[in-house]
Amino acid sequence: MKRRTFLTTSGALIVSFSAAKLIGPLELAAQAPGPYPDPDFRQLDSWIVIHENNTATFYVGKTDCGQGTGTAFRQMMADELDIDYDKTACVMGSTDVTVDQGGSGGSDAIQTDGWPMRRVAAEARRVLLDMASAKLGAPVEALTVSSAVIAVKGDPAKRVSYGELIGGKKFHVALTGSNIDATTGIAKVKPVQDLTIVGRSPERYDIPAKVDGTQQWAVDVKLPGMVHARNVKPPVAGATLVSIDESSVRSLPGFVRVISKGNYVAVVCEREEQAIDAAKKLQVSWKKPDAAPFPASPDLHRYMRSATPTSSSNPIVVGNPDAAIGSAAQVIEAEYDIPFQGHTAFSPAHATADPSNGQITIYSNDMKSYGMRNGVAAFLKVPRESVRVIWREGPQGYGRTAADDAGFEAAYLAKELGRPVRMQWMRNEETAWDTKGPAFACNLRGAIDARGNLTAFEYIARACDYNHVGYNEPDTVLIAQLMGIRPSRPAAGSAATPGEMYAIPNRRMAMHVVSLPLAFETPLRTGNLRDPNGPQSTFASESFIDELAAAAGVDPVEFRLKLLSASPGDDTGFKRARSIAVVKAVAEKYGWDTRPSPRANRSGDILKGRGIAYAFRNQTVVAEIAEVEVNRATGHVWVKRLVCAHDCGLVINPEGLRRTIECGMQHSLSRALHEEVQFDTEKVTSTDWISHPSLTHRDAPETIDVVLVNGDPNPHRSDLPPYGAGETVCKPLLAAVGNAIFDATGVRLRRVPFKDARVLAALNTGGTG
Amino acid sequence: MSSITLKVNGASHTVDVQPSTPLLYVLRNDLDLHGPKFGCGLGQCGACTVIINGVATRSCVTPVSSVRSEVTTLEGLAVGGKLHPVQQAWIDEQVPQCGFCQNGQIMTAVALLKRTPHPSDQQIREGMARTLCRCMTYYRVQTAIKRAAGERA
Repeated sequence: MKRRTFLTTSGALIVSFSAAKLIGPLELAAQAPGPYPDPDFRQLDSWIVIHENNTATFYVGKTDCGQGTGTAFRQMMADELDIDYDKTACVMGSTDVTVDQGGSGGSDAIQTDGWPMRRVAAEARRVLLDMASAKLGAPVEALTVSSAVIAVKGDPAKRVSYGELIGGKKFHVALTGSNIDATTGIAKVKPVQDLTIVGRSPERYDIPAKVDGTQQWAVDVKLPGMVHARNVKPPVAGATLVSIDESSVRSLPGFVRVISKGNYVAVVCEREEQAIDAAKKLQVSWKKPDAAPFPASPDLHRYMRSATPTSSSNPIVVGNPDAAIGSAAQVIEAEYDIPFQGHTAFSPAHATADPSNGQITIYSNDMKSYGMRNGVAAFLKVPRESVRVIWREGPQGYGRTAADDAGFEAAYLAKELGRPVRMQWMRNEETAWDTKGPAFACNLRGAIDARGNLTAFEYIARACDYNHVGYNEPDTVLIAQLMGIRPSRPAAGSAATPGEMYAIPNRRMAMHVVSLPLAFETPLRTGNLRDPNGPQSTFASESFIDELAAAAGVDPVEFRLKLLSASPGDDTGFKRARSIAVVKAVAEKYGWDTRPSPRANRSGDILKGRGIAYAFRNQTVVAEIAEVEVNRATGHVWVKRLVCAHDCGLVINPEGLRRTIECGMQHSLSRALHEEVQFDTEKVTSTDWISHPSLTHRDAPETIDVVLVNGDPNPHRSDLPPYGAGETVCKPLLAAVGNAIFDATGVRLRRVPFKDARVLAALNTGGTG
Repeated sequence: MSSITLKVNGASHTVDVQPSTPLLYVLRNDLDLHGPKFGCGLGQCGACTVIINGVATRSCVTPVSSVRSEVTTLEGLAVGGKLHPVQQAWIDEQVPQCGFCQNGQIMTAVALLKRTPHPSDQQIREGMARTLCRCMTYYRVQTAIKRAAGERA
């Protein structure tokens, strides 16, 4: 039976798409039988629809991972279109109705994709003014626009609304641009000074449905004839499937099928709890690999330091670091270690795929839904036009859904079965097998001359990041790996340089990538975890800068300001000036007391201290201060206060940005205090919220202060760009906390997370973590 | 399969499921109440929280056959179209990021405030300690609970 026929004859069964909810464009589009050609980004109608009731719907190729970008898109486009914010709506991320802006990633939603959105909205305004000019018999120069109504200046009775001009009809206006980011019409965007909706803080439109239970999440999709699937993963990384005893589950209630190819195994049942039960009971025989897939987690960094790199970048060398180190009054050396840290998304991976009408529709929270569409089409070897991804809200993205295994699995199973399939990973499966932020092993050296000046800085990083996945490639998602598919050239991976503007006369920075023995079908596959390498590299570099400040006997803020001010040179975005501004701003907001670390009085059971760290990411600069209380008896660290000074250029929604900064810092706080993937030589052993703890309400700071700096030296610049927020705040936090612990205790911790036992051991030995 | 009758948000429902089926799947898949979410299936994160007899209960580890009293889900908090004060505080404070865990945060906070109408900071931290959020909205959740408790009204 064709899907459409089914819908019309058995509508009563379609619970999630009940008549009352069939109102939005997504719900209507969900019934389109296909195929699904790409919306043309060079057509204005692909971006903006004006309705007869004088409202507008914006169609953008992004997804909102929970930072309120959808609200920001509406603000920017409403501002350029001259329509009230609350008369607009935004549709995101569904590949058949929105242009392909790549979905989310890299904190670039506002920075990159906001520009074509603004330009097309400005173009729509221009076209509407031309139409009004003809209709009202007045030149465009004689017209004025307010709240989607165009009137003749000085003669307000002569007026026409956008809805009257074009409501329900199409613009049929072509746009230009060599690629989607360059999309433009003839109209220019407004100077920043003329924007009135940008810079205000309308409440996020998605929040009410998320607190009253009406939000339709990707996990909620329910289709006629849908069945439930669960994976059965190899018990040991690199194991080979020997045999499946289907009789172990065949008589279970609701059993539909076991589907298997290569080392990929899934069980399908009519009901969800039946699938969970069947996946537990399915008897599968596996052969362990001949060699250990990886060292156990306590041995990881030793392994990483001795492994031959799979790739090395050309070192960045300034001056003569060896000579400076050779003639230094003091040479400081340190090793910093960061373990694998998982995404551990709050909800395990999930997706529902529908094979009706010979097409594949995937309902997914994939932040890069467009990539999934392309990847699934290639994976299933079907035309792109037969595949679409309908994006719906889901648990925080932060990179996990950029390698969205569940969508591929649901699509594969749906095609095999000819029925809609809902795939849902389990908690232990997700925590063990999700993508991981790469582990880092960093070696640092610094030279200080007799006057306390930093004369050389050496940073050598090794990242365990070979075969990095993260873009929904059809040959790197886990189901493809388990089926034996291999990319011709695995991604090289990368090890980042620190993002700072310190003027140090002699430097060497070298980056290497190493691989674990098992590069495929491994639960230790690396992906993009919220500023993929920034927290790791910045933990090492900004902690070490603090060590150098202490060795020089200089206050940590003063030490950084001196390094930032040592060169007058700046870049086109005034990054040096803005770096100095955020360091000063965070110190001022905190009420920083200038003195070297550690503090002199370190007696008592609760030791208090403060630490600063700073970083940039692209053109966004942040400085953060953590105030800690360290319990000398237990080793427990509580970050009592966090302060952030943040400069991301033009701010679209200040309150939304504050929330994003607060949460981003707390996410990194979780990485600083708790998060560490643990494994033996066969498998990941930290697989739930007990064995892999996360930040909890107990850890929340008592106070979080955010200062939005926006330190462009020329406030009258009409093109003050937005630089993108979200990930930058994740970078310095680990170091800020470590530096605060040093200030409080005099003990330097060079490995995260700062778990109680690790801190206590360091306090007791007076050594390092 | 057994026929089991449940009272949820004021209405009675009869479902035909295995008695051991976790309440979560009956609420989500049979009654189409999507407030409670699957997060871990282990009672560790709180995503699936419902209120039974005034107690925040993890529906993912509660067999449906063990439920003896009325179940309230996120959808059942509002009365006569008016949001529960906790829900309103969540909007006023703009608490959620992705929002996926917020069912657990809200339901646990509602039960906490019922038990302790004016909780101290420490009581909030302890009362909410087992309700996780991976967007780390903790600071705002705690602010919103204080607002709902009237301390910031």
